[in-house]
Amino acid sequence: MKFKNPALVYAAFAFLISLLVWELTARFSGWSAQVFPGPGPVLISLIELTANGTLIKHSVASLFRVTAGFYLAMVLGIPLGMLLGRNTPLRLLGNPLIHFLRPISPLAWIPLSMLWFGIGDLPAVFLIFLSSFFPLLVATTIAVRSINPIYFQVATNFNFSRFETFSKIMVPATIPSIVTALRLSITIAWLVVVAAEMIAVQSGLGYLILDSRNALRMDYVMVGMVVIGVIGLLLDYIMQQLMKIESTAWGTLGSK
Amino acid sequence: MGHIVINNLNKEFVERRQIQRNKSGAAHFDQTIPVLDDINLEFQPGEMVCVLGPSGCGKSTLMRIIAGFDRPSSGQVLQDGKELTSPSPDNIFVYQHNGLLPWMTVWQNIELGVRHTEDLTQKEETIQEYIDMVELEGFENHYPHQLSGGMQRRAELARALVVNPEMLIMDEPFSGLDFLTHMKMREEVVNMHLFLGKTILMVTHNIDDALIMGDRVVILGDRPARVKLDRKLDFPHPRDPKTAPELQELREEIFFMLGVSYAV
Ligand SMILES: Nc1ncnc2c1ncn2[C@@H]1O[C@H](COP(=O)(O)OP(=O)(O)OP(=O)(O)O)[C@@H](O)[C@H]1O
Ligand SMILES: [Mg+2]
Repeated sequence: MKFKNPALVYAAFAFLISLLVWELTARFSGWSAQVFPGPGPVLISLIELTANGTLIKHSVASLFRVTAGFYLAMVLGIPLGMLLGRNTPLRLLGNPLIHFLRPISPLAWIPLSMLWFGIGDLPAVFLIFLSSFFPLLVATTIAVRSINPIYFQVATNFNFSRFETFSKIMVPATIPSIVTALRLSITIAWLVVVAAEMIAVQSGLGYLILDSRNALRMDYVMVGMVVIGVIGLLLDYIMQQLMKIESTAWGTLGSK
Repeated sequence: MGHIVINNLNKEFVERRQIQRNKSGAAHFDQTIPVLDDINLEFQPGEMVCVLGPSGCGKSTLMRIIAGFDRPSSGQVLQDGKELTSPSPDNIFVYQHNGLLPWMTVWQNIELGVRHTEDLTQKEETIQEYIDMVELEGFENHYPHQLSGGMQRRAELARALVVNPEMLIMDEPFSGLDFLTHMKMREEVVNMHLFLGKTILMVTHNIDDALIMGDRVVILGDRPARVKLDRKLDFPHPRDPKTAPELQELREEIFFMLGVSYAV
């Protein structure tokens, strides 16, 4: 048999196997259905939570926070990275601070962000912003720094204005690395949102998981985890599609 | 019109060296490496100048200074009587490789040279004319990585020529090409030079390139480089050193100068 997309077949196969392992573990591990629900009960809960609108509500809340924080990180991180990449004094000034702040987990900011931004969307958005801002900033700076200097010489040789150097050299040269960085950091942002929602908010998939745990509904916890995984896959897929746009494709085709 | 005078030009690079820290001494010292030593040259407008010299002697450095990418340590370069201090579209530099912007098609790369032309039809015609000239019809929408090395070189040549510069500076434009492409490109550059009459400075490692193409041959010596030979070649094209005794003699002289005792 020939398949149009063998990757999909493999993926389906991998998921089927894990479903089987899950089912077998649930059945024969000796844990009760309350502690380790199998795929069947989780599917029923999934349908239940979808039907009553809970899942949609929480997913939308989480996606909203991720989108807001991620956009903020993009809008600030990428231009700042371009600036630092081109301007040595600024880079020398900024880099120590950036590399000092970068390893501090966004979760360590939870107490302060709650104190500063109170209860609600804002502290979560802030944490997500922090989680994506530094990776994007550093990736952009490195991308700009590794542009072949010949291209800047071509720019001066052809009398490029500052704007032209930016739009015709810096942007296209860095797009492939920036898109890769976007793909990696959206995953981190999605990781952080769940943690952020376990505090300070009354909605979102993280809240759903925490709330279900308090109610001892492990099937709901698992529904939350499954949905997080599925949305994560989708986000990554969307970012992957960005890489296929023609203007980013030059980076992957191997320039001679 | 591409009249170049180089006066008492010197270039040294400063290299920072770490040395062992002792009780009183400094942690490092700056070592200056002289690369170009008192270069004096004059190129006439429309001349095709071929620069030869051993590897690492400073040929690329000299070209970069003439193009304005680098500054001399002392001395000056005059273009039509005015001191040359910064890069400009009057002097287009053709790189050894990778000079095309990889994210732009052949057409877009060449368009860079005429992007300020207001008349759109005229602009398109000009671009097409130069694409035809380097025989890249049909490859307008290809990206550089989709072209062979020789085609990339020709596209870059077209991009340089479309600007209508007063001078072309080419650093080993034929290196890495196969034998046949090399011969064809050489012929193309000679024809183009006869046809357009631009001043062309070309670095090469190939003595026959210099003898066949050049109106003037300049040989630089070992580092720090001085001018070892500056000879005008007044021979009609097409040339063949094997049949012109004078050229053959010069060829052997150059081989000898570059440290090979006999011409093979
Ligand atoms: N930026 C730099 N800093 C320090 N030294 C340099 C620099 N650029 C070149 N040099 C030195 O100057 C010398 C001449 O270099 P250049 O590239 O001009 O040589 P070249 O004649 O073009 O050699 P090749 O034929 O191998 O291309 C070399 O010894 C090199 O080490
Ligand atoms: Mg060189």
